Amino acid sequence: MNGISEVTSRYLYLYKENIDRISGMSSPYINSFRKGAFERFSAMGIPTKKDEAYKYTNLNIFFDHDYKSYFIPETADFIKAEEFRCDIADLDTLGIVLLNGFYPTINGKLHQLSNGVWIGSLNEAALKFPELIEKHYGKYANSDTDGLVHLNTAMAHDGVFVYVPDGVKLSKPVQVVNLVQSDEDMFSQHRNLIIVEKNAEFSMIICDHALSPNKFLTNAVTEAYVGENAHFDLIRVQNEHNAACKITHTFIHQEKNSVTSSNNMTLHGGLIRNSTYHHLGGEGAETSSYGLFLADKFQHIDNYVSVDHASPKCTSNQLFKGVLDEMATGTFNGRILVRPDAQGTMAYQRNNNILLTDDAKMDTKPQLEIYADDVKCSHGATIGQLDENAMFYLQSRGINKREARLMLMFGFAHEVIQNIKIEPLRERMDNLVMQRLRGELSRCASCMVKCG
Amino acid sequence: MLVIKDLKASIGGKNILKGISLTVKPGEIHAIMGPNGSGKSTLAAVLAGRELGEVTGGTVTYYGKNLLEMAAEDRAKDGIFLGFQYPIEIPGVSMVNFMKTAVNEQRKYRGLEPLSASDFLKLMREKKEMVEIDSKLANRSVNEGFSGGEKKKNEIFQMAMLDPKLAILDETDSGLDIDALRIVANGVNKIKRPDNSFIVITHYQRLLDYIVPDVVHVLYDGRIVKTAGKELALELEEKGYDWIKKEVENSIMV
Repeated sequence: MNGISEVTSRYLYLYKENIDRISGMSSPYINSFRKGAFERFSAMGIPTKKDEAYKYTNLNIFFDHDYKSYFIPETADFIKAEEFRCDIADLDTLGIVLLNGFYPTINGKLHQLSNGVWIGSLNEAALKFPELIEKHYGKYANSDTDGLVHLNTAMAHDGVFVYVPDGVKLSKPVQVVNLVQSDEDMFSQHRNLIIVEKNAEFSMIICDHALSPNKFLTNAVTEAYVGENAHFDLIRVQNEHNAACKITHTFIHQEKNSVTSSNNMTLHGGLIRNSTYHHLGGEGAETSSYGLFLADKFQHIDNYVSVDHASPKCTSNQLFKGVLDEMATGTFNGRILVRPDAQGTMAYQRNNNILLTDDAKMDTKPQLEIYADDVKCSHGATIGQLDENAMFYLQSRGINKREARLMLMFGFAHEVIQNIKIEPLRERMDNLVMQRLRGELSRCASCMVKCG
Repeated sequence: MLVIKDLKASIGGKNILKGISLTVKPGEIHAIMGPNGSGKSTLAAVLAGRELGEVTGGTVTYYGKNLLEMAAEDRAKDGIFLGFQYPIEIPGVSMVNFMKTAVNEQRKYRGLEPLSASDFLKLMREKKEMVEIDSKLANRSVNEGFSGGEKKKNEIFQMAMLDPKLAILDETDSGLDIDALRIVANGVNKIKRPDNSFIVITHYQRLLDYIVPDVVHVLYDGRIVKTAGKELALELEEKGYDWIKKEVENSIMV
């Protein structure tokens, strides 16, 4: 196989070694995607800086490494994972824990709530609800630019499944705590599928935590279907350590008049890549794509957003803000595609970044492709330092320089945080961000990792 | 309390203040008037510690301390307040958090315990009523989306919260309608005590209908060219600044 890089070969080998075992545990429908996905991955490989969508991100640091590949956890691990509790006191959620990408076996794999909502393991749901899986699985996650999506489809085995039936409004959010824990360096992939049927309302929080200081690489795909008039909010909180790499691909498909938001809050991680794909597939759909990232040391945070205005009269709004300290680097790539029939489109994009040192670096790239005429579209990006006038204003009231800087950075970040509708989570994010900006570790109190 | 002697300052190599001397005693209100470009705002900035340009000569002594050596925040903690001509909008920073931090930093400097949340809110309420600021403004981000008048009223509110020994108001009256002007002036009059002082920088006389100065100075081309009682303000209102400019030019020719 000429032209295949050494790093890609690692994962081709991994597939060949494990595919029988993975297939043996999965539903036939999920398995039916594997071969095709593997072929596409083989052709595309692990993305490099030569790929436009990864121009500023070097994945090799994490991909070119020997990992233990964790295809099925043991019961003892699950017992430990089940003990994990989120410590946000007032946050009333339906909690789910995923350990290394697997849904714990202990308390049953699939739960039905009284209103017909199902929450549980994707693998289990694939066996129980083949018709739902066949209707939605693999229908939204696709990519011509990112081989990692196909690597996930080829090998992922489990993840979270949520089904919200017609008209059901779930008052509590579902909180998925994604734990990674291992005594060895570990690579894992999971796959989530969320189905929000018409007129339903649902919000989900995904928290990424690492429980041991090993090197971790996670490549996760989430597919969400949001039916007519439905509402769906997704909030992702990433708080891991410098040896953790998280690659997420989130595909949100929207039907007519549906409203969604996605919010990626990145507080800590060695290398993070969040790709968020919004497909506005029905007239009058609305989406907001938010992101906040704080990085220091040698961390690298890459946000890639693609909004596909495939239907008329849809609205999209992107707001991504970053604060980069020390040697940290960041990337924002915001694509807006307005298809020829998507008249009456409104699409906005803003990316503001603060660099606190001369060594921090940010690359930001708007990418607008507009093929309709009746379109309102705007984009703006800034990379700068803290506003000197605002600094002096605060200092002139007796606030010292350090505190004034913190207040300005916090204010900058708060513009993103304020979009979180769940109040206890919003307050917690305010606190975590403040701690992070102060240089204190912003891990949750129940986190066991002393990460640096 | 404040003694300025032969103060000179330049911005970008250009001399703006060319030797200003001024003494302010507790309980006094000084008005500094003058045409545009005379150096009024630069004087305010230098006193508040803005690192805009360079002080090239002279001294400023505040309660016996060398003011020019103090950082802006330390001057504020020591009781100096600057009311901005153009207050800054700071999105994402709430007025409550801003004022709480400022008040408690100043208390810490004076060796006092931070105010409890309830005492702080009580203080906010009192001062809001005192300066007639809309309650809702205090719940928003600092100056964000405020009208020109609201921003100026907010300066007076902050002044009331911080209770300074020396307040320098830099053209606080500019851009205000008559009602807002009255609110601003009333705020100053309520805060005024025998132990605090004000330097009111203004272009127009009308603010001085409400705030009665003890001394009026005219600043022109970086120098104080005339100092008199409050009647000087009226004379300026009537005759404009031209006669002063002429006087200055004549005196230079002599």
